[in-house]
Amino acid sequence: MDTALKNSQPHQKSGTLQRKKIASFFVSVYDVYKFIAGFFKEVFTGPYEFKEIVRQCYEIGCKSLAIITLTAFITGIVFTKQSRPSLSEFGATSWLPSLIAIAIVRALAPLMTALVIAGKVGSNMGAELASMRVTEQIDAMEVSSTNPFKFLVITRVLAITITLPVLVTYFAFLGLAGAYLNVHHNESTSFTTFMTNAFVKISFLDLFSSLFRSVVYGFTIGITGCFKGYNAKQGTVGVGRAANSAVVISMFLIFIEEMVIVQIVNYFR
Amino acid sequence: MKSAGPKIDRNTIVISIKDLQKSFGEMNVLRGIDLDLYKGENVVILGRSGSGKSVLIKIIAGLLKPDSGMVKLLGSEINNLDKKELLALRLKIGFSFQSSALYDGMSVWENLQFPLVRNRRDLTKKQVNETIEQVLNDVGLLQTIDQMPAELSGGQKKRIGIARMLILHPEIILYDEPTGGLDPVTCVEINNLINKVQLQYNTSSIIITHDLSCAKSTGDRIVMLSDGIFFRQGSFEEVFNTDDERVKSFYNYYILNQ
Ligand SMILES: Nc1ncnc2c1ncn2[C@@H]1O[C@H](COP(=O)(O)OP(=O)(O)OP(=O)(O)O)[C@@H](O)[C@H]1O
Ligand SMILES: [Mg+2]
Repeated sequence: MDTALKNSQPHQKSGTLQRKKIASFFVSVYDVYKFIAGFFKEVFTGPYEFKEIVRQCYEIGCKSLAIITLTAFITGIVFTKQSRPSLSEFGATSWLPSLIAIAIVRALAPLMTALVIAGKVGSNMGAELASMRVTEQIDAMEVSSTNPFKFLVITRVLAITITLPVLVTYFAFLGLAGAYLNVHHNESTSFTTFMTNAFVKISFLDLFSSLFRSVVYGFTIGITGCFKGYNAKQGTVGVGRAANSAVVISMFLIFIEEMVIVQIVNYFR
Repeated sequence: MKSAGPKIDRNTIVISIKDLQKSFGEMNVLRGIDLDLYKGENVVILGRSGSGKSVLIKIIAGLLKPDSGMVKLLGSEINNLDKKELLALRLKIGFSFQSSALYDGMSVWENLQFPLVRNRRDLTKKQVNETIEQVLNDVGLLQTIDQMPAELSGGQKKRIGIARMLILHPEIILYDEPTGGLDPVTCVEINNLINKVQLQYNTSSIIITHDLSCAKSTGDRIVMLSDGIFFRQGSFEEVFNTDDERVKSFYNYYILNQ
């Protein structure tokens, strides 16, 4: 009897703890929902912060060019190099350009760009907004009768949603350029032939799905980074946490979205 | 003692607080606060660190929601306002943060320009520049106009924070520890600035502090906050002419430091 009581108590405690955890999970889901709803409510009402949107696009786009250039180029070269042996077994190296193009345009460009940008820009957004939150700068905007959500969140989310498709396109071309270098080195194919071969197998649906995905990923990175930063708590510790969870959660969401969208697109193919 | 301030209009109440309560979890920070602030008056709220002064002032500014009780600003109850009305009301209220809360990604000029151009869309570029220069002149920091907040000293940050809220010409000003963490000379400068603002901009203010010299030189009325309630109020002499231990410990410390 005694032991039974003793054993049941910690069990009960962990039961209430679990219930609390589940409750707080639903509370945070509701918070996210409210955040996104707030975005769509405010994005269509003026006044607009055009200057700030342009500045953010510049911050996100131009300052990420170097790292995107590097990843895209290396991905192109390495991927071609690694695929060559298996194709040459069948004497099918002439298929390389279109194989690479499919891989880059359909899969690699959107996914890799999004992951790199999630790491670079998402963490930056999380940290920036979180430090503004914990040093009361967001409160200061609110009491000076300006709308911090509009100035900080809407501009950032819009900017990254606009910029990511551009970066993805840039990634695709540089990746193909890297692939061309390798192909040219081995088969001395001309650039025009390479590009013609490359785009033979690319359909409108491929391009559309890639661009659509990059818009979705951009929005995901922006909303996650801003949500984590805007709602940061607990002083300077909260800044690090916001930056960290912005990256982890947005990468996780990107993979889930990738899976879902690719399934849907395949259904239309 | 405070030199003669402006005339206080005892018929007009600009802030009215009734039975305000707020707790965080188990901790009851505010347990029934009542306060009326008259037009033209500077009220100083004194209290020890952690007594809930910042919580109170944030509730007044609408940054925190009270658990119960009523806060009326310029005749309208803040909990009943929608977003738009709240924005309009906040134009008339200035808030000077304990931590200054300057936008650290922006220069001093941009810090001042930020609230101005978003609330006064009718101003031309030239007028904006003139307004910024004038208000910087009022706080005596025109030379810092192109600096970043990280390059300013604590006292300068406080004054830029005050300038940033003055630029919208508020009717009510809430100061959260304007002299906290500053040297005595700078404290006197800030005190003088607060009095100058009261006269020049014709404002009513709530000043939160635990610095008695600030309380003495800026307050028309002092209220003391302890254990979540205001337990004493009156002029500086009235409040400190007592045997109450809580008041005396405050005062003795002040005498020691004179
Ligand atoms: N967001 C919050 N969550 C939980 N507790 C809080 C929160 N804000 C304030 N408190 C608690 O309320 C109490 C009063 O805090 P407050 O910041 O108002 O003190 P204060 O009087 O301004 O002190 P100081 O003079 O040091 O600024 C503190 O004990 C603090 O722990
Ligand atoms: Mg405080």
